[in-house]
Amino acid sequence: MSPFQISWKNIWSKPLNAALNILLIAFGTGILTVLLLASTQIEDKLAKNSKDIDLVVGAKGSPLQLILSSIYYIDFPTGNIPMNEAKKLMRNPFVKRAVPLALGDNYNGVRIVGTDSNYISLYGLKLQNGNFWKADLEATIGANVAKEQNLKVGDTFFGGHGLTEMKDEHKDHAYKVVGILEPQQNVTDNLILTAIGSVWKMHEEEVFPHADDTELIKSHKNGTPYHGEKTEADHSHDEDREFTSLLIQYRSPMAVAMFPQMVNQTTNMQAASPAQESTRLFSLIGVGVDTLQWFAVLIMLIAAISVFVNLYNSLKERSYDLAIMRTLGASKGKLFSLIILEGLILTLIGTIIGIALGHGILQLISNYQESSQAKMNGLIFIKEEFYLLAAGLAIGIVAAVIPAVQAYRSNISKILAKN
Amino acid sequence: MISIQSVSHQYTSGHQLQFADWQVNNGEQWLLLGQSGSGKTTLLHILTGLLTPTHGKVKIGDTDLYSLSSKKLDAFRGQQIGIVFQKPHLIKSLNITENLLLAQSFAGLPNNKKRVEEVLDSLNMLPKKNAYPQELSQGQLQRVTIARAVINKPTLLIADEPTSSLDDKNAEAVLALLKEQSTLNQATLVVATHDKRVKDAFTLTYTLS
Repeated sequence: MSPFQISWKNIWSKPLNAALNILLIAFGTGILTVLLLASTQIEDKLAKNSKDIDLVVGAKGSPLQLILSSIYYIDFPTGNIPMNEAKKLMRNPFVKRAVPLALGDNYNGVRIVGTDSNYISLYGLKLQNGNFWKADLEATIGANVAKEQNLKVGDTFFGGHGLTEMKDEHKDHAYKVVGILEPQQNVTDNLILTAIGSVWKMHEEEVFPHADDTELIKSHKNGTPYHGEKTEADHSHDEDREFTSLLIQYRSPMAVAMFPQMVNQTTNMQAASPAQESTRLFSLIGVGVDTLQWFAVLIMLIAAISVFVNLYNSLKERSYDLAIMRTLGASKGKLFSLIILEGLILTLIGTIIGIALGHGILQLISNYQESSQAKMNGLIFIKEEFYLLAAGLAIGIVAAVIPAVQAYRSNISKILAKN
Repeated sequence: MISIQSVSHQYTSGHQLQFADWQVNNGEQWLLLGQSGSGKTTLLHILTGLLTPTHGKVKIGDTDLYSLSSKKLDAFRGQQIGIVFQKPHLIKSLNITENLLLAQSFAGLPNNKKRVEEVLDSLNMLPKKNAYPQELSQGQLQRVTIARAVINKPTLLIADEPTSSLDDKNAEAVLALLKEQSTLNQATLVVATHDKRVKDAFTLTYTLS
């Protein structure tokens, strides 16, 4: 009989107590695991996707919304900006590289992004198959899009109006897949990239690509005269062309202080810094994360107390057992280690179940996540989880140490004489 | 085998017990007689290394018991002394075989299932080898505690009031088993009791006043 067998058998001689302790620890560890994994993955995603983008310029509105829509492709765009104004900014000496974006369409929920070749160098895109888009209506698709939508080079598809659902398809113009990207591990895996002209062409009757807009869709459907008039205007003119936003890379660090201010004060557009907005977003989420974290720590604390009470109470019942073990030749140190081992076994099982639970929950959440951009993965393990395991073991030892010391100190002669 | 010299013990309450010197030879079977409260249990605990006497010397074989370190004393007890208590007490979470294997492990001896079965068989308990303690009757439990006491072939077998909670028939049977097992395992036997039914079975008696 090894000490492990003895402790193991004793734990399971009271299955309900053992299960309660394990459940508490698993619950606490589970919440901590989910928080740890989710915040690591979100932070990682945020950082990866905004890596080389210093500034986003778009229509006035919420700066966070602008960042979310133009870098993470999550929220709706704030509106559109006139191409002429945007072009002026693109020529500004502070700007090293400016990438125009035209959003507003989707294919089965995958966002179609109209842009130019600067986008390729900005994200360092590589092809797995085929070519980058050149002409209008040519599309290069992300690796995930190819897999999930079952698209190959040479396939054609129709874009739909809006950002999430396939309603109001643009049946007049079909996109043709000319290339598939290598997996980039960032947002471009889930995008369809095309020339800006394609997006304009889709909306020729409306002239500009637009972001949202149930209102526009409605009016479009109803054939409101407003749009009619606009259509009549010569849409090949640059003055009428619009972008959704501009992604900007600075030429020098000096620009950080000057450029955004200039945009915000002298133009009708707004500039938003991804770094600032991500930090702001995280501080907003952070309150919730902190609260949950304390909640989980509290549960762990309760679990530790529960393990302690359990061992302590059973020690009273077992004092005679332990005395008998001493008469059979077990040393004081052996009894001490038996009790510690029981604490360790309980918390170790609880922690392992908790970590598995955390991964399972995250995977379940990701299955229900609609936005493919912020999709989390429950199958990724990170080294911080070892800290959780270590914390679980530490709780086991701490909870067991007082009962173990008592077992070590017990006066067997007295216990045996009493019974 | 056993020798105690000028042993006395003072309780924390101040009450003091003095024990007459005692010499037990190898293989002898002794009765330790005394009324309850006369210090039988105290003497047995002193003999088995569970309670350090205030004064005096206790030798088991060639070993001076209280010159050993606590850990060595525990190991010595596990290997050399088998103890049967008044109430049969087994570890509830383990079955009969495991309880006996436990005694081997704690004594620092390798697990020997053959020896376990041999001992259980000699006590007619082999059919119950996979039963748990709560499934057994008092009499059966007492047999298993005897099995546990002799499993490591101790040189000294000590029983503390082994018959007091048993009826005449069972008391007689247990006593016979103890004598039989001590002979079988070549162990010296000391039975402490105030039970008059036991008296006639022994010729050697150490009486506490």
